[in-house]
Amino acid sequence: MNSFKKLGIAGAALALSIGYAAAAGKVKVGFVYVGPIGDHGWSYQHHQGLLAVKKAFGDKVSTTYVEKVSEGPDAERVIRQLAQQGHNIIFTTSFGFMNPTIKVAKRFPNVKFEHATGFKRAKNVATYNGRFYEGRYIAGMIAGKMTKTNTLGYIASFPIPEVIMGINATYLGAKSVNPNIKLKIIWVSTWFDPGKEADAAKALTDQGADVLFQHTDSPAPMKHAEQKGIWAVGQASDMKTFGPNVQLTSLVDNWAPYYVRRVKAVMDGTWKSVDVWEGLKTGMLQLSAWNKKIPADVVKAAEKLRDDIASGKFHPFTGPLKKQDGTLFLKPGERISDKALSSMNFYVQGVVGKLPK
Amino acid sequence: MLRIEPRKEPSRLILYATPFIAVALTILSGFVLFSILDKDPVQATLLIFFKPLTSLYSISEMIVKATPLILIGVGLALCFQANVWNIGAEGQFTMGAICGGAVALALHGVPGFWVLPLVCAAGIAGGMIWAAIPALLRTRFNTNEILTSLMLVYVATLTLNVLMHGALRDPQGHNFPESKLFHDAATLPILISDTRAHIGFVFALLFVVLGWILLRWHVIGFQIKVSGQAPRAARYAGFSSDRVVWFSLLVSGALAGLAGIFEAAGPVGQLVPALPVGYGFTAIIVAFLGRLHPVGVLLAGLLLALTYIGGEGAQIAMKLPAATTQVFQGMLLFYLLAMDIFVNYRIRMRRAAAASGSAAQ
Amino acid sequence: MDLVVSIAIGIIIAATPLVFAAIGELVVEKAGVLNLGVEGMMIIGAISGFAVTIETGSFLAGVIAAILCGALMALLFAFMTQTLLANQVATGLALTLFGLGLAALIGQAYSGKSAPPFPKLAVPGLSDIPVLGRLLFSHDLLVYISFALVIGVAWFLSRTREGLIVRAIGENHDAAHAIGYSVVGYRYAAIAFGGACAGLGGAYLSIVQTPLWVDNMTAGRGWIALALVVFAAWRPWRSLFGAYLFGGITIMQLHSQALGVQVEPQLLAMLPYLATILVLVIISYDRTRARLNAPASLGLTFYATT
Repeated sequence: MNSFKKLGIAGAALALSIGYAAAAGKVKVGFVYVGPIGDHGWSYQHHQGLLAVKKAFGDKVSTTYVEKVSEGPDAERVIRQLAQQGHNIIFTTSFGFMNPTIKVAKRFPNVKFEHATGFKRAKNVATYNGRFYEGRYIAGMIAGKMTKTNTLGYIASFPIPEVIMGINATYLGAKSVNPNIKLKIIWVSTWFDPGKEADAAKALTDQGADVLFQHTDSPAPMKHAEQKGIWAVGQASDMKTFGPNVQLTSLVDNWAPYYVRRVKAVMDGTWKSVDVWEGLKTGMLQLSAWNKKIPADVVKAAEKLRDDIASGKFHPFTGPLKKQDGTLFLKPGERISDKALSSMNFYVQGVVGKLPK
Repeated sequence: MLRIEPRKEPSRLILYATPFIAVALTILSGFVLFSILDKDPVQATLLIFFKPLTSLYSISEMIVKATPLILIGVGLALCFQANVWNIGAEGQFTMGAICGGAVALALHGVPGFWVLPLVCAAGIAGGMIWAAIPALLRTRFNTNEILTSLMLVYVATLTLNVLMHGALRDPQGHNFPESKLFHDAATLPILISDTRAHIGFVFALLFVVLGWILLRWHVIGFQIKVSGQAPRAARYAGFSSDRVVWFSLLVSGALAGLAGIFEAAGPVGQLVPALPVGYGFTAIIVAFLGRLHPVGVLLAGLLLALTYIGGEGAQIAMKLPAATTQVFQGMLLFYLLAMDIFVNYRIRMRRAAAASGSAAQ
Repeated sequence: MDLVVSIAIGIIIAATPLVFAAIGELVVEKAGVLNLGVEGMMIIGAISGFAVTIETGSFLAGVIAAILCGALMALLFAFMTQTLLANQVATGLALTLFGLGLAALIGQAYSGKSAPPFPKLAVPGLSDIPVLGRLLFSHDLLVYISFALVIGVAWFLSRTREGLIVRAIGENHDAAHAIGYSVVGYRYAAIAFGGACAGLGGAYLSIVQTPLWVDNMTAGRGWIALALVVFAAWRPWRSLFGAYLFGGITIMQLHSQALGVQVEPQLLAMLPYLATILVLVIISYDRTRARLNAPASLGLTFYATT
């Protein structure tokens, strides 16, 4: 290697390290996304959180994000790179990042990590999640009132507890106002595949569903609903632009206040590892504006539900409740524990179909 | 006017020079690409090609990334030389991870130095079985191995998914589709402390040497080369083409399966649905770039690993789109293939016949 | 009955991109060239069609852009394999990898953008016939074009002089060259046609099926199309049948879940691929038949010695 090249490389290395050093003194916040920020869904909402952090703290923070990080062997390297580059707090936003996060956290005890939707913590690893099922219960109730065919369609991704509790909550909410409700579920085995989601949406509407729910990240089902003129409930972000006439409401993941809170804790030195699972109460979950066509009495009932859930007066999973196989899992008046909820692996009674393995 | 003439024998100089020229052309095209994307081309090139060499951690990650590429690449080099187009190495990789992983999980908590070799043997077996299917279909039923091995990739990936949600799922894992973390006896020993570089790399080097010896000195290596380059001559010589097909597919399946279980038992430490990341396909580029020669595969594997790590770094530091690395790899292969012609043919100037005729007079 | 018709329509939508890609590749292979880059050409068609539709607001412009870009990618392949005499398998793979990466790169700017729904044709009078009207006469223009294309290719290959020349080149390119036909010229044309069709198939995905763009949205359909050509024993009508069979399995898998059929969805998802393998085996088993149908020069490099 000739001396010019060496000089060039040294110069580049110097420039890069100066760049890093200049950021010292600020709090460096890193974000690891599993999908593209343009997905209008899960990763998009986390990115809105990043933007909120930037807005709230201005010059006092510098932010880095990496998108489309696969949950396999590469995740650990990405997280470690961020830690090595001097980030003070790193948010890893998908459950598949759990073990890589824990591994890297062991090596970097002074860096704080926040893992979304996971269950493993450490002194410097906190976990956080949203009580999306609360919103699903309310949306289910609205759907139960708005449906004319008594058939709801659900596009589900993978049979993990979070998705299953969402299905159950939707069903319970709808059943509470409409005893004849039927729920049809299609498992598409992906979080994000617009083609497949659209095909599934079509299959559900072909079979008579007139309200669509999704636990997948693309706006394809909403678009299909708009085309067909049937109702739909948005997921993760407000999907109104894709379904201006048909979106009943959308379950919006509002991570921004939590992110700002946690970055502030790092700044103040008060950060501690916690396990946060919040919902309507603190606004981590928000329901976007009701569709204008929903009748006033339904809106009133929905808002009452929302307030009751937020205040703790009502819990969507309150007994008596039976599993699909008939066994009682909640006695009358008993509320489900967080532990049982976060490992839910059964349908409630009334949901038709076998839960895939 | 320009004419293309076949050479008497392939030019070895061009054969070994073209990979380097291809890399250089790719870097140059990268410059153009970065300028179009409005990114500083010098910084991007430095980040992708040089920065990873500047820290021990990134070199160790290069080794981690290169290990599966080299392992699979050596197997594919064998196959492609025999004109057996194993496009399904990704599926064999996945199957190896599944079989080896299943054994590791079945032996969870059991100590002993024999656990790891058994786990790896299971991985090899898994890959071999998966490659045996296209081999069988080609030798018995005359079915094109490109398509069969490729379809099996999808089947293998879906099988992994099914197992991750069911039979191999961690019972204490809150129903997440992941397996238990492998216990220590089933985890690969680390080469460089505080990194993920594991002994798989040593095995990769070993198989490079073995592959080279096989191709150069063993009779089956000779049969492979002849079957690939001159199938009729091979038939006249009595080489069984079926045997060549079986051998090359089983070996490349075994190596791919080994790469799979190495990934699972090494850097990842468990079975996860996202385990197959495309090494089986990138290894195809590695094999070609390495001129289907095991030592070339080693170098090419390291180079491609470098671009993976560097590309990721550029993504983090410069917001360079993640797809850039893939474009690079495609361009690399294109340039290489474009220059292939000069190995077997040369460009000649031919004067018009009349002029040379009159000169003779 | 209504449900059956709806399912049929779903199958048509799922099958049409495969029809386009398969019929294009069929012509290419009939000319003796194996182009494995169908996936790459399809996805380039998808992103270029989508991008142009968004930018210009015109579906026609988008479709034309997809056709041209697909053809361009194919011409790159043609240049490398016909003029530079590169290995066809490797070049096709390179085309796929490059195409996927390039499409992802271009697509960065378009993820999350949305195009308006593609208009469906309504044939006055005919569309209103119960059942048959919906089933046969209310599709978008591209579906009808796909059928026309199959008919056209079948007629071209069997009834025209040029079609005969293409087939002759595919069977024995040395003999065809000796007779005086421009092997390279016809192959360039066939390859370009294959690319145009693949591009059109990709555009169908991104403009018609889900007016959205996402990375890797072809999801392996290019490879399925390749399998379909073999499945069809290089006969145009059979490739149409194969595409619909495959599309059918894909759609039925979703419907059966919604109908409450108790089968593991991931196992159902494997069906199309297993079915393809099975069919490939059956088709190739009869060595004589297989040899009669496959173009004898398929995959061989042509180098003019005179």
